[in-house]
Amino acid sequence: MGWKNVLKWSEVTPQALFLNRRQIIAGAGALVATPALARNEWSVEETPNSFEEITSYNNFYEFGYGKEDPAAYAGALTTDPWSVEIGGMVDKPGSYDLADVLKGQTIEERIYRFRCVEAWSMVVPWHGFELSGLLNRVGVQPGAKFVAFETLLRPEEMPGQQGGSFPWPYVEGLRLDEAMHPLTILATGLYDQPMPKQNGAPLRLVVPWKYGFKSIKSIVKITLTDKMPPTTWNILQSNEYGFYANVNPQVDHPRWSQATERPIGGGLFGGRKDTLMFNGYGDHVASLYAGQDLAVDY
Amino acid sequence: MDRVNRALRRLPVWAVYLMGAVPAVLLLTGALTGGLGVDPVKGLEKELGEWGLRFLIASLAVTPLMRAGLRLIRFRRALGLLGFWYVLAHFTVWITLDMGLIWSQIAGDLVKRPYIIVGFAALLMLIPLALTSSDYALRRLGGQAWRNLHRLAYPAILAGAVHFVMIGKVWTADSLIYLGLVLALLALRLVPRRRPAPLRA
Repeated sequence: MGWKNVLKWSEVTPQALFLNRRQIIAGAGALVATPALARNEWSVEETPNSFEEITSYNNFYEFGYGKEDPAAYAGALTTDPWSVEIGGMVDKPGSYDLADVLKGQTIEERIYRFRCVEAWSMVVPWHGFELSGLLNRVGVQPGAKFVAFETLLRPEEMPGQQGGSFPWPYVEGLRLDEAMHPLTILATGLYDQPMPKQNGAPLRLVVPWKYGFKSIKSIVKITLTDKMPPTTWNILQSNEYGFYANVNPQVDHPRWSQATERPIGGGLFGGRKDTLMFNGYGDHVASLYAGQDLAVDY
Repeated sequence: MDRVNRALRRLPVWAVYLMGAVPAVLLLTGALTGGLGVDPVKGLEKELGEWGLRFLIASLAVTPLMRAGLRLIRFRRALGLLGFWYVLAHFTVWITLDMGLIWSQIAGDLVKRPYIIVGFAALLMLIPLALTSSDYALRRLGGQAWRNLHRLAYPAILAGAVHFVMIGKVWTADSLIYLGLVLALLALRLVPRRRPAPLRA
């Protein structure tokens, strides 16, 4: 390839977002917040988990089964250069370099609840842009009903992909209306940092009303299709993980209850709290599922 | 081997209890000082359960090792009791710190979730063994009845290992190693005892 990436991350992420939210709050006493720092309408009020918590405790099986494995082993991952193959039922298919993927998109902060299917949760200040922005740019053809995503397959840099019984690469999917929803973002960073490798650098999906495993990391392929695409956890255990995987306290995982969750960061005595329908985003997304039985479409 | 056995005879049983308490102390200080990472509850819960399994597997290894000439029988009760205490602590952490004493959900899990049912069954089976671990109980029950009762250790430890395998989203290597060890130690009990070699003239 002749093209060389000369963009720096600081050019991608607006300067205002480099300010930590807490610094913003601390400064708010001194001066009235400028419009640029106003809280995004999609962000939640809760206090985010620390950078340390978000980046040292998560699942990314490409680097191992343990929650500490991604932080320990993701360092070797090459994220530059990076390109995303966009194809299927789109007007402008092709291999898009990362800078090209980001072109024309507004990166903003989205503070979202994150609920893992394992019944723990965090609050994460993501940086990213709406997936709909990218899909509109590449032109979704009529008849397309689903979006399929694929994670990088590179066993030499992702030790979890060496051996084992996992059907690599990791694949995920959304219905087109879910993908076009303004809550659905492609995240490029968190706090004032570009996306840490262990959290799915350089580009990952975030769908805050669904269990975390839907929010596929380190995306290299996006395909528009008219068929429901296969998804990794559904392939592995179809009775435990459905295609929709909406956060739903009334539909238990066969092996554990989803009625409550343990917020990470509470220490030894943090306890549990009730899990909210659609992870608290019901006002925005419940209508997407009108008429569907969510105990069947889990 | 004789030298090892002689050294073991000099090792007091209380020293085994003392060493067995070391992981608990380290875990507790770790949990209180942040040494267990971002999710100390899960860390504590998992480690306590795993130590319980380790001590129980060690107790299961005593008899096969005796056939190989290593005399550890003096320490078997300590190993079994240590295993029981760790399992009980594991269960207590689950009830309190993990489930936050939400009794409706705890009760639901205890009847609905196979891996919790299997783990709880293991704990229930260990309770009579712990209660009858004293010399007094052995005398009261009589040797044969006591031995029969304590065969419950086999299904209990097997259930504990199966519980560990069942917990994860996927089967992990370490849990399968524990299960393999338990199965191997149980299988050794099916091997007929060697009779003493007949004397030759």
